[in-house]
Amino acid sequence: MTLRGIDRACAAAVLLALAGCANVEPWVKPYERQNFADIIMAPDRNPVATAYIDHVYEAREGARGASGSHGGGCGCN
Amino acid sequence: MRRLGLSALTLFALVAALPARGAVLPDDRADVLYHRYDGGGVTIDGPSLLVRKKFAEKYSVSANYYVDMVSSASIDVMTTASPYKEQRTQGSLGFDMLNGKTQYSLNYTYSDENDYTANTASFDLSQDLFGDLTTVSFGYSQGWDEVRKRDDKAFSENVDRRNYRFGLSQIVTPQLMMGLNYEVVTDEGFLNNPYRSVRFRDDSARGYGYQLEVYPRTRTSNAVALDARYFLKYRAAIHGEYRYYTDTWGIDANTVQLGYTQPWRKQWIFEIGYRWYDQSAADFYSDLFPRADAQNFLARDKELSTFTSQMLSLGATYQLPPLGWKFIERSTVNLFYDRAHYDYSDFRDVRKGGAPGTEPLYQYDADVFRLFVSGWF
Repeated sequence: MTLRGIDRACAAAVLLALAGCANVEPWVKPYERQNFADIIMAPDRNPVATAYIDHVYEAREGARGASGSHGGGCGCN
Repeated sequence: MRRLGLSALTLFALVAALPARGAVLPDDRADVLYHRYDGGGVTIDGPSLLVRKKFAEKYSVSANYYVDMVSSASIDVMTTASPYKEQRTQGSLGFDMLNGKTQYSLNYTYSDENDYTANTASFDLSQDLFGDLTTVSFGYSQGWDEVRKRDDKAFSENVDRRNYRFGLSQIVTPQLMMGLNYEVVTDEGFLNNPYRSVRFRDDSARGYGYQLEVYPRTRTSNAVALDARYFLKYRAAIHGEYRYYTDTWGIDANTVQLGYTQPWRKQWIFEIGYRWYDQSAADFYSDLFPRADAQNFLARDKELSTFTSQMLSLGATYQLPPLGWKFIERSTVNLFYDRAHYDYSDFRDVRKGGAPGTEPLYQYDADVFRLFVSGWF
């Protein structure tokens, strides 16, 4: 996908969200969400440890991005 | 590069128009971590300290201090240079703000070592939609680095980096949460290692010589990741993730991660995970070029070669008994161990000898430790 295409896709997603968010009835009620408050369901329970292992991956592999971290200069050239 | 800047502004303008809905500031906590990586002749260890604190109910600040102490006798170093030791120090400051229930985050990171300095500034925004079942996030980072060379004080080159992130997190059922992350990264500047060489066939006695690498001065990558986390009824969690990566250097990569989390009694949480990674080589990579200056761009960095890696992860968290300190609500001790195996398909171990181009393929194992204490206050 070209960058222009990416730009348009992101804009379309945001506009769709704007158009639809007011009328959607939540299909998982607030009282049904206690499982997501459990610490074992936290996507990043240990941020300092996750940031470190992401740094290891970035330094040892050609791929990067979409890990949820901020990226940044790892000085691993 | 100018076009990308406009894209970011367009996205920001659209996101700023979203109605203010739910978001949650991160917990007040402090972490003190010791990390150690040992593999392929390289040992890297050091501390990392993270502190986060909320104030006035709608603001949160964070600070991170991180050190890599590197002792390198890697295969690259042993074949074309001498073992070395160096230290990299990194500091980060973060600021989060709730406006209504929309969360804005700013982060600045500075990293310095004797031959590389990196600066990164980030802006992120997240917004809950559809009765808080969906969270949408956008982010942008700008980085500007300086590359130097230890034995050449006149050498100084720059790298500019830009990251564009989009994330979607969705509660699907009372047990299932799914996420989608997409990120574009662009680099422009001096992107290769100023010390690393490629090898090429020649008429010398050993059959090959070395010359410095030459990389393109731009790179753009796209990565998309889909993840799922599922709560099991006997109180355990499984998670899985797949990421696809492609870039303008010709590298395509796949990452698959699976994990299982099991609490035990009130104090313990155990984790086990497996990660598979494979990638194809960059278009301008070769283990052995046919001659000197064989093409415009030349690379022999094993991180740009064709390889697979597998990692097995084990983790344990123990919640400490109350410490009797009024300002600490709870605290944990954590140990994570990862064992990785790297298997290269077109990077040869020239130290083991043999006719040029027929040496054994390189592989190695690495051990990664993370030992840390966390406290919530």
